[in-house]
Amino acid sequence: MSKRVGVEVSIAVADAVKLARAEVISAYPITPQTHIVEHLSDVVANGELDAEYVPVESEHAAMSCCLGASAAGARTFTSSSSQGLSLMSEILYHPGPMRLPVVMVVANRALAAPISIWNDHNDIMVQRDIGWIQTFAENGQEAVDLLLHAYRVAEDPKVSLPFIVNIDGFTLSHVIEPIILPDQEDVDAYIPSFKPHVKLDPKKPVTMGPVGIPEVYTEAKVAHEMALRASKKVIIQGWKEFAGKFGRQYNPIETYRMDDAETVLVTMGSISETAMTAIDAMRDEGQKVGLLRIRLWRPFPGPEFRKAIGKTVKTLAVIDRTISTGASCGPVSAELRSILYKMPGRAPKIFGFVAGLGGRDVTVDTFREIVDKANLYAKKRPTDLYEVIGVREK
Amino acid sequence: MATSDAIIGWKTLPFGCHITEPGSSAKFRTGDWRSQRPVLDKEKCIKCGMCWIFCPDMAYSQTKEGYYEANMEYCKGCGICANECPKGAIQMVEEEV
Repeated sequence: MSKRVGVEVSIAVADAVKLARAEVISAYPITPQTHIVEHLSDVVANGELDAEYVPVESEHAAMSCCLGASAAGARTFTSSSSQGLSLMSEILYHPGPMRLPVVMVVANRALAAPISIWNDHNDIMVQRDIGWIQTFAENGQEAVDLLLHAYRVAEDPKVSLPFIVNIDGFTLSHVIEPIILPDQEDVDAYIPSFKPHVKLDPKKPVTMGPVGIPEVYTEAKVAHEMALRASKKVIIQGWKEFAGKFGRQYNPIETYRMDDAETVLVTMGSISETAMTAIDAMRDEGQKVGLLRIRLWRPFPGPEFRKAIGKTVKTLAVIDRTISTGASCGPVSAELRSILYKMPGRAPKIFGFVAGLGGRDVTVDTFREIVDKANLYAKKRPTDLYEVIGVREK
Repeated sequence: MATSDAIIGWKTLPFGCHITEPGSSAKFRTGDWRSQRPVLDKEKCIKCGMCWIFCPDMAYSQTKEGYYEANMEYCKGCGICANECPKGAIQMVEEEV
């Protein structure tokens, strides 16, 4: 029987990789991802998991190793953060169009300069367009559940695409939470063994990743785009199966107290839990507030998001955890403005806020401030394109 | 197969753009990229095989008489053979459209 235990989220994530029976693990340690790969190294060395653990000289090599192992038909795992994820960047663009289901956990962390080991979403937003499926966890249990779901979906023959589960660095990776680790036999039933369409095999040689001349390149990119869009069906199916087996239901867009809500916060990742506490407090005071939490970031669930906005919603306050320097707003705001632009009739007003950069706490009071400002801007047009919450000027 | 054969839709592209037939690059005729062709002056040629050694596309092969001849289905007209020929026996000549 699975039981609830107090465990550091990074350790639980590593144990979930063990439950998923990863066959090739290659990683380079970087704060705040370190405990995940460190514990996996122990698990493999102790003989608890029959896998190749390949310590490498860089993240670029770690992703290359996973790419090659996946091409050879192995179930792979890696994890990274921040500068390390940036160093992987060149290789991150390969597994998508090559349809290789590499699975990775990113412990989200800010990017230098200035150097910061703390949490925000700059590292993953730089990699927004790599063509991987991307989900965001809000707590330790979700980190475990979404990772198992990642293997279920990535390796599905109808999908065959790489998958990133984002967990907030420190806020999730380094805290101890009560987490249920499922039983091995249930996980085995949920994640069938990996049967690749094509694999590298000396007995039957194939070429993977050949050149795409101008006559082919556009079609190859569109084929990848269409595969990523089509994966949404299986992503949702994977969550349904997960709920059936493990009793916890996940959705592309999660809602909280949206009935009759007029001003709605939009969040992604672990700040969503604080946002729920803030919504409860504001509701107690009679404010008509609600919360939308983006769980599936790529492929972006546009129709699900539009559907989640109730008829009563007048204002959306979107929180980005990165500055898209020089842009008109953060990447999440930009995505939502784009999908709401053509919403017939009742599109709410949308205001962008940036909060929680480089480990700055996002508290209940931060959300109160954001709701107040969004309500104000709904009446009186803001002068700035978006607002950085809590920034000091002098 | 010429470049024009690559003009297919995204639904027809092989899964992941993988090439599952070994050695199939021999089918890809790259000769239509060429703007200049190598022309050999047999009077000057000493059959040393430098053109055959240096050709980056392995387009050259030896004839029965011992000369080296580029296969125009693959020669891209890069001119390396003409540059390397120690006797100046190869001239690059403009292809006529």
